[in-house]
Amino acid sequence: MSILIDQSTRVIVQGITGREGAFHTQQMREFGTQVVGGVTPGRGGTNAEGLPVFNSVHQAVDAVGADATCIFVPGRFAADAIMESAAAGVKLIVAITEWIPVRDAMRALEFARQRGSRVVGPNCPGLTSAGKAKIGIMPNYLFRRGPVGVVSRSGTLTYEMVDELTKRDIGQSTVLGIGGDPVIGTNFVDALRLFEEDDETQLIVLIGEIGGADEEAAASFIAERGGKPVLGFISGRTAPPGKRMGHAGAIITGGEGGPEQKVAALRASGVEVLDTLGDLADEAARRCPNKTVTQV
Amino acid sequence: MKLQEFMAKGLLRESGIPVPAGEVAETPEAVAAIADRLGYPVAIKAQVLVGGRGKAGGIKVAGTPEEARPAAESILGMDLKGLRVGKVLVEQGIEIQSEYYAGLVVDRSHRSTAMIISEMGGVDIEEVARDHPEAIHRLSIDPAYGLLPFQVNAAIYQAGLQGPLREIAAIITGLAEMSQARDAVLAEINPLVVTKDGRAMAADAKVEIDDSALFRQPDLAQFREETADDPLELLASQQGLPYVRLDGNIGIIGNGAGLVMMTLDVVRQVGGRPANFLDIGGGARAEVVRKAIEIVLQDEKVEGIVLNIFGGITRGDEVARGLLEASSQLDLRVPIAIRLAGTRAAEGLAVLEDSPFVPAADVQTAAREVMSAIKDSGRNQ
Repeated sequence: MSILIDQSTRVIVQGITGREGAFHTQQMREFGTQVVGGVTPGRGGTNAEGLPVFNSVHQAVDAVGADATCIFVPGRFAADAIMESAAAGVKLIVAITEWIPVRDAMRALEFARQRGSRVVGPNCPGLTSAGKAKIGIMPNYLFRRGPVGVVSRSGTLTYEMVDELTKRDIGQSTVLGIGGDPVIGTNFVDALRLFEEDDETQLIVLIGEIGGADEEAAASFIAERGGKPVLGFISGRTAPPGKRMGHAGAIITGGEGGPEQKVAALRASGVEVLDTLGDLADEAARRCPNKTVTQV
Repeated sequence: MKLQEFMAKGLLRESGIPVPAGEVAETPEAVAAIADRLGYPVAIKAQVLVGGRGKAGGIKVAGTPEEARPAAESILGMDLKGLRVGKVLVEQGIEIQSEYYAGLVVDRSHRSTAMIISEMGGVDIEEVARDHPEAIHRLSIDPAYGLLPFQVNAAIYQAGLQGPLREIAAIITGLAEMSQARDAVLAEINPLVVTKDGRAMAADAKVEIDDSALFRQPDLAQFREETADDPLELLASQQGLPYVRLDGNIGIIGNGAGLVMMTLDVVRQVGGRPANFLDIGGGARAEVVRKAIEIVLQDEKVEGIVLNIFGGITRGDEVARGLLEASSQLDLRVPIAIRLAGTRAAEGLAVLEDSPFVPAADVQTAAREVMSAIKDSGRNQ
């Protein structure tokens, strides 16, 4: 198993004819993802990357079917793209786009929730089930199939984490980037719940950062309902309060979002919080007897 | 983007929220003229984006024309927590009966906006939340329906507000409408006052606009320069690069916000002091790398630079080419160490052979290399 996606997931790409959309469509297919089509209004009936392009998500879903979508459209149109896919019944919506206005994101996430669609992101690198499929922009070469589930608010830190694991021959079940914005569709608790139910995942790695209280919520969930071991890492431990550290959501405000509370909350719930990603990977190696899964 | 008080009050006024009569001035003469027009007493308030202006001497009340000019002179040009005061807001004095609080914030865990109302206004709401949590009343605004009248009504009674309640409700509703129309991620009226003659108005206001939404707020976007509290942060943001100035001497550049934050932490762990946060983002081209070096070097406190690049979409050889460009076009006055890993790292490191950039296997090593080079150059002087 793995969470949310595998080789049977049928994926469309919104914004497939743009530079990013085109490049990552090609990368996703190389990884083994079943990309079945794309959407760019006004470009319906053409082909991109050898795939049919449609004018709307509805048309794409009618013609080729889609379990999931990957959104690359610019920030000012991305919330509408999320709602379009939710309205068309796409159940997994992965929004890579950065700079979606918060007000638009709130509306789109609520719209999707009411229609039973899950949104991952926005402002995220997407997700990868090692050896099976990926949706998003994570580099293909990093992954090795195995027992560790990874969930993170940061893109590059995710890559670095997976690289450290793979270097130690520890494989991953699914790696999920939930995004760096203040308002996101899938949070740590949602991810933990999915990993807890996944047979393949034996150990969970949680990479948090300053801002908000999602790590604290994760800690409560782990204390009350967690079964699998969780290793943690928090970045921004020396960041000053009141300053936005690159991610729109990475800001310590009004006594909320500081790193000490997060580390303390996670530790109190039994999570081992490590100081470097290298130490974290070493600890994962120590705890995982079956490190990889041979690909078939 | 944080707005200065006079801009925030301008937005409130547009939404029909009463604010004290007032105007902005940049010279003591203009202050005196405005004060004469408004009638005494007047409040003279420094327009800078720092908290605690009153305690720091940035707000003064003048009861007579004789008091107005010296008050203006003492505030204009003063240094308020590192920022020079170039503008003051001159406002008609008001006689306050009671001070309340009304504010809107992004409620991250509920993916919505929260309205906070409190009977304890005029003080830092975070202190109220800490010391008197029972005085904080929160209501969640449904993104689909907005703030509903019954919610406002119930919150006002629950919070125990007294006075012209219909006017207070109108202010709270107006605040929510303004926040929605203007893409505010923070909008607070503190204090929301009831005057001795029974009127409700916004005596002070704080508004922060969503940077991602400035494309549809062109009249506010033009204030970007004026509201920037740091020239380098402004310069970097104009180039599309997130930059935050810190107080150390080691410049930090990396790709990805999380990675850069981690780099700051590691440099601290080995005893260094970061001078900044700078994220070149994913897939950065050589040109962006050169610009990043240029920006970091403009901070005179910088004595060394640590670059941390993990190539995913970003290619190591592209970064290396940017560094070579920087070294041929700029005066690299400080030692620069680079940790380069991931996509095409080996090719990148090959490009950097015989360059002034010091390769390092990890961030710890990069930071130590830079720190010891800074020490050596100090010794040689």
